[in-house]
Amino acid sequence: MSDFFTLSVLVATAASGIRLATPYLLASLGETVGQRSGVLNLGVDGVMLLSAFFSYWVVLKTGNLWLAVLVGVAVGLVMGLLYGFITVVLNATQGISGIGIYIFGLGLSDLLFRRQVGTPKPVRRLPDVDIPVLSDIPHLGPALFQRNLLTYLAFLLIPTTVFLLGRTTFGLNIRSVGENPSAADSLGVSVRRTRFVAILIANSMAGLAGAALVLQLGIFQPNLTQGMGFIAVALVYFGAWRPIGVMCGALLYGLVNATVLQWKALGIIPVNGSDLAAMAPAVLTILALVVLARRVSAPAALTRPFSRH
Amino acid sequence: MLLALGASPVEGFSAMFDGAFGSGSRIAATAVKATPLILVGAGITIAFRANVINIGGESQIIAGALLSTVVALSFPDLPTILLVPAVLLAGLVGGGILGAIPGALKAYASVNEILSTIMLNLVMVQFMNYLLRGPLIDPYEMEAGTRIPQTQRLSDNAMLPNLIDGTRLHLGVPVAILAAVGAYLLLWRTPTGFRLRAVGHSADAARASGMNVKRNITLALALSGSLAGIAGAILVFGSEGQRMVTDGSAAGFTGSAGFNGIVAALFGGLHPIWTIPSAMLFGALLTGATQLQRVLQVPAALAVALNGIIVIFVISSTPVRGWIQRSLSEAGLFNRRNDTETESPRHSRSEPGGLSDMPDPSEESGNV
Repeated sequence: MSDFFTLSVLVATAASGIRLATPYLLASLGETVGQRSGVLNLGVDGVMLLSAFFSYWVVLKTGNLWLAVLVGVAVGLVMGLLYGFITVVLNATQGISGIGIYIFGLGLSDLLFRRQVGTPKPVRRLPDVDIPVLSDIPHLGPALFQRNLLTYLAFLLIPTTVFLLGRTTFGLNIRSVGENPSAADSLGVSVRRTRFVAILIANSMAGLAGAALVLQLGIFQPNLTQGMGFIAVALVYFGAWRPIGVMCGALLYGLVNATVLQWKALGIIPVNGSDLAAMAPAVLTILALVVLARRVSAPAALTRPFSRH
Repeated sequence: MLLALGASPVEGFSAMFDGAFGSGSRIAATAVKATPLILVGAGITIAFRANVINIGGESQIIAGALLSTVVALSFPDLPTILLVPAVLLAGLVGGGILGAIPGALKAYASVNEILSTIMLNLVMVQFMNYLLRGPLIDPYEMEAGTRIPQTQRLSDNAMLPNLIDGTRLHLGVPVAILAAVGAYLLLWRTPTGFRLRAVGHSADAARASGMNVKRNITLALALSGSLAGIAGAILVFGSEGQRMVTDGSAAGFTGSAGFNGIVAALFGGLHPIWTIPSAMLFGALLTGATQLQRVLQVPAALAVALNGIIVIFVISSTPVRGWIQRSLSEAGLFNRRNDTETESPRHSRSEPGGLSDMPDPSEESGNV
């Protein structure tokens, strides 16, 4: 145990925690925007899997990381169009259609991977980029400012989301259609258009999250996410539908995961206990939901399809 | 989709059909494959009728399988006539517990059941991996050093008896069909079922008429989970290897039956009886996909992707159907009752007849 509390190990754990938090953060921020508009998207995991596969495939074929990121976002956008059509245009039940998207993404990414790639081959990973001056701060610098560009982007998107939701007309529209769609509608806000755009934002960020996940790992395998997308949805509840809260949740998850990995490496967790340790994130989520469920209130119209009557 | 994968659709479908229904033993294999889907699907209908969404089929299957395995390991010498019911009961209890947890969390702590059941899926997969790699592992695997996560060969007395020689058709198939019929009778022929549906239709109205909404929500998920738990026991004691085995992945043991059961239930219109043919169809899809992989080298994951499309399609088609009916009735072509015309699509989703078959009110107040 004492091995863990050395400065270099703690810094390394924090660094890997921030790296691991990146996909959670991207997906949860997007889902926050979606849920504030009243749309629950349980398909995040499926979208992440699909975009992760396509990003991986692009890197494998072209070696171009940025093209891979773009493709990941594009896959998210396409899935957003599909999900928006089902839930907003057709008013389908959100919970189940999200599960449908998940199963579809799980199956299709598996299918394409086995068909197009077969055995997992490692690809280039996102390089770490040092931020001048800041990265020279002892200990803190290497942990915080020697990360990859998608991690920086994820953290930049936090104030962006705060600004979007809190300070723009569009953000006000999102919140109003999420709380009281009838009132928003009577004021001339198009509920359907607002929700559709929110869904597109949510899904393209889920796509970005999938790209970030696979490009940080440098490898793809079937069911790569192992439920990360669902945890990302839970993090939105955890963060009380606020970007800062979501960030705290994502960082907590990243750090818990990193600590478990580090303890495994140091032998603090015995080999046959590693399966039990892998239960930690999900157990933590359930406990967090139990504690928080009564204290925070969801957007009033969450999961309610809107139609004029 | 087959075309996109570079395979001829005609050959593909004939391979799938042949794989699923090509011979008596293949039909039996399809029925065996459909068995967990029938059970999970029937359980899903109970939960959905009470307006709780159970995505935790996977965790409930695993819990049922683990508990029944422990029972079989503890009492290997009991005669078949006692041990088989005991393992099925253990499955029911295990799954029921894993259903009751998210049920109670929803009822008493307002925790969203979709999220809690999904999280429990993740938890139980790891817990199963832990048990099958540690305390429950086959001692031979440890000696040989292969460390395949599986239990030792379980007692012959616990195995579900085969019904037709030369096929894999075992007792689990009629058990599943009986369970689905039982779920139907429970929902539509008993006061308990009436209360579950009443809570599902309108929790406020149910509360106003004196029903204990919280207890019914917990009960709905517990019942739903217990059917999935039986499926878990059947997966173990109807298996060819006579043991519980996984490969460490999320669907290694269950084969995603917890998710596919949802698909089967939705496709069967959330009616327990219709879940049976619907599950057979998906059982056929699964065995057919395996054959497809063998003959045309199309990965069997095709079946999973197709299932996803079916869920999306079924979900979106219900509002579409409702919308068509509404526009037709508005045009005066359709003579439907007034209340369905003005309702939003969300409400018109509930089954025809809904609560119109109200039993005697004295019955409900007496039993709460």
